[in-house]
Amino acid sequence: MRVAIADKPFSADSMLAQFADSRTGAAGALASFVGYCRDVSDAGDVHQLQLDHYPGLTEAEITRLANTIIERHGLIDLLVVHRVGVVTPNEPIVLVAALSSHRAQAFAAVAELMDYLKTDAPFWKREAGSGGERWIEPTDADRARRAALGE
Amino acid sequence: MTRILFFGRMSEAAGCSELDAELPSELRTVAALRSWLADRDAALKQLILSPGIRAAVDRGFCGDDASIVGAQEIAFMSPLSGG
Repeated sequence: MRVAIADKPFSADSMLAQFADSRTGAAGALASFVGYCRDVSDAGDVHQLQLDHYPGLTEAEITRLANTIIERHGLIDLLVVHRVGVVTPNEPIVLVAALSSHRAQAFAAVAELMDYLKTDAPFWKREAGSGGERWIEPTDADRARRAALGE
Repeated sequence: MTRILFFGRMSEAAGCSELDAELPSELRTVAALRSWLADRDAALKQLILSPGIRAAVDRGFCGDDASIVGAQEIAFMSPLSGG
């Protein structure tokens, strides 16, 4: 498993390629998700996002969540990269990739880990744009998806 | 001295992201610290007493009845939002 906090823009493509190249012969499936900073939100144009984290606790908590997912789905390997700092539109914010024997586990692992990250990972987002500045907190839909996963 | 950290919306209410405080020795739990901070700072009062604000003692999430005796760092966090 690899968990990384990136304080500068990262290339999701090259990190994904590196992860794919590291796979063993038993891995028959790789599923991935990349979340990008959008240039628009329901408040108007977005100029940037400020992402804060809690050094030490954030890494530990993501690692704990990642281990839960690895065990639940019997994954071969899991990659999580998450940006902090000032993120501008089109930059990747998060990359999650799962390696498993077959596709179902990899698809489910990526979707579930993203649901956990939305509500349980220690990050705080502040959006700045044409509508001013505001904190972005989990939506009701995010909370419902997380609740459906149980503990 | 105990370092108190504020994250997200909490830092805005506190007007800072961290402060060092000499906590009275009778403060023994996270709940007691919340009340103490609320009494001390009107701007903090509404948020710090909200159940949506999670706490961590020495970088581990904890409930309101957790001990803060001997803690070096206590954090109060508004709802987490990754991804």
